[in-house]
Amino acid sequence: MLVTPLSGWGRYPVQSCEVERPERYADLYSDAASVIARGQGRSYGDAALNENRRVLLTERVNRLLELDADNGVLRAEAGVTLAEILEVIAPHGWFLPVTPGTKFVSLGGCVAADVHGKNHHHDGSFGDHVAAIELILADGSRVACSPAENAELFRATLGGMGLTGIIGEVTLRLIPIASSHMMVRHHAAADLEQLFQHLQNPALDDRYTVAWIDSMAGGAQLGRGIAMCGHHAAKEELPVGLSLSSFNSEELAGGRSRKKHARAIPFDFPAWMMNPFSIGAFNAFYYRREGKRQQPFLTGYDSYFYPLDAIGQWNRMYGKRGFVQYQCVIPDATAFDGIKALLQELSGSHRPSFLAVLKRLGAQGRGLLSFPMAGYTLALDLPIRDDGLFALLDRLDETVLRHGGRVYLAKDARLSAESFRAMYPRYGEWLKIKNAVDPQNRFSSSLSRRLRIGEELS
Amino acid sequence: MSEAVLILGATSAIARATAAAFAARGAALYLASRDLDELERISADLHLRHGVEVRYGLFDAEATETHEAFLQAVIKAMPDLSGVVVAFGYLGDQQAARDFKLGAKVIASNFTGAASILSYCANYFEPLKHGFIIGISSVAGDRGRQSNYVYGAAKGALSLYLQGLRNRLFASGVRVITVKPGFVDTAMTFGLPGLFLVASPQAIGERIARALDKSADVVYLPWFWRYIMLIIQHIPEPIFKRLKL
Repeated sequence: MLVTPLSGWGRYPVQSCEVERPERYADLYSDAASVIARGQGRSYGDAALNENRRVLLTERVNRLLELDADNGVLRAEAGVTLAEILEVIAPHGWFLPVTPGTKFVSLGGCVAADVHGKNHHHDGSFGDHVAAIELILADGSRVACSPAENAELFRATLGGMGLTGIIGEVTLRLIPIASSHMMVRHHAAADLEQLFQHLQNPALDDRYTVAWIDSMAGGAQLGRGIAMCGHHAAKEELPVGLSLSSFNSEELAGGRSRKKHARAIPFDFPAWMMNPFSIGAFNAFYYRREGKRQQPFLTGYDSYFYPLDAIGQWNRMYGKRGFVQYQCVIPDATAFDGIKALLQELSGSHRPSFLAVLKRLGAQGRGLLSFPMAGYTLALDLPIRDDGLFALLDRLDETVLRHGGRVYLAKDARLSAESFRAMYPRYGEWLKIKNAVDPQNRFSSSLSRRLRIGEELS
Repeated sequence: MSEAVLILGATSAIARATAAAFAARGAALYLASRDLDELERISADLHLRHGVEVRYGLFDAEATETHEAFLQAVIKAMPDLSGVVVAFGYLGDQQAARDFKLGAKVIASNFTGAASILSYCANYFEPLKHGFIIGISSVAGDRGRQSNYVYGAAKGALSLYLQGLRNRLFASGVRVITVKPGFVDTAMTFGLPGLFLVASPQAIGERIARALDKSADVVYLPWFWRYIMLIIQHIPEPIFKRLKL
């Protein structure tokens, strides 16, 4: 056991945890009074922290167990990363059904946070493609969960933030691809209204659709941005000479190729580097450059799905104090007003968000604590420079609640227990299942204590 | 020629990384240890990631009476066996020095078991006039220290055994490589205080496989441990015995 300070990807908060790192599947268990599994530590806040209590690293229990290359079904241990999975499945013509914005996450983390991608409005969340899970319970027993078997526990585990047990194995249904290339189109929008129109327009929409927002633009330009729409390139879309069997995303002729992990941020940037001027200048440049790419172009899946993975340790850009990623969803009916109110609040706060991303989400899925619901989701990266940020975020919570939305727990580091309960109406249902499998609340984390999840247990 | 490699003690982090490095070179593998569940998982993983054939079977280093039949079974399953990696080992704890029952287990695993299976391997490769044996010893075997001298003595004995074996098999063209890793980030060392310059198992595994392409007989991993141990070995005993190491 190792006692060491840990943090999530946002590097806030930093907490001392008792860390264990099993190497055998049979050792993927702890008899500690409080334990939480941690994969790659890519949740942003305190979901994979357990202050002064046990954290079980799953990174060494990461074996690929079975690939049905005819039907596209993969079974693997939960510690494996999406990057490792892609390396194996893409050459067979398969792809992840849903992928978050980084491939350096664990498979178990994707289930625990029931992550979504740019295709949620078409394909649902990660959990919609999980055929089965092997869950390790508080007494050490292993139980198979699927939509057919232990279905309630399955629903509580999708998006359950690791609080129902340790996710040991995952069976995932993959999607077929004809090549490793993406066909992408950009559509610039001068303001938020136009951006919403782009996202709603079936003529522009594609399997993967995401909008980048210039978070520094205010006034008449509030919410200006670029809708980026793409799909896995079909055979007939590939230029002659580009081998169909070329599944190496890095070798794309004509696209922006680069080496894996070509660069890493070597040290913490000083906090002042991310200021309204530098971010404003970058955004204006980005808007002009990327907004021009209205003709479809080919690019590798890495540069489309994982642009930030090319910069190792990019979280260091936000300085030593770290940052908070604030991601919320607002239901369709109130989405435009809600997102506009959030952007106005942000724009008036003079707190620059380097990253602002808007996406459509489809219907709510099976996971009882899952984040997605039909509507629009906004994600903001906000560096922590002073405690004033937290007051702003509390105001954003109020705006989100007023519009019937919710905040994403995988990104969260500061939501209140009351707001959580208001945002996640299926919590009561979840709690009954938790009570049945873990009445002593052994699976708990800094996040679960902060949100007082499980305190109602008998 | 493609390799066919037997990895003994295949479930440790270093062994797993070494197996992966051999698989990445296209080698067929036979993985062996006491833990069949782990072997099944590791075999499936290596096969999926590298597309090589991976077999596995039960092997208990301490059950020396089973070693001859074990090797025969391996050869039957993999007739083109070209090399063996002895990767099993058992660190024990400080108590092994005070309680010989614990110490005996450390010696039985790290030395007696290795000497036993190596004797059968050597007898197999010698008349074939080809093949390689890689023994994973430890820098702990280079000098006895109060913190782990039972383990150190067993590994030191293994180093000597490999040295003698190298001398014997040189004439038959069978390579014997002694690998001495320093601190590696494994279950054996996780959370231990006072570690420095800790290497990843992947880096060690790749260099173990690469040692075949080079000429060195004794390989320190990473390389700088050769010099660290050179210094440690040359501290005069009257001073060394006073140190808290």
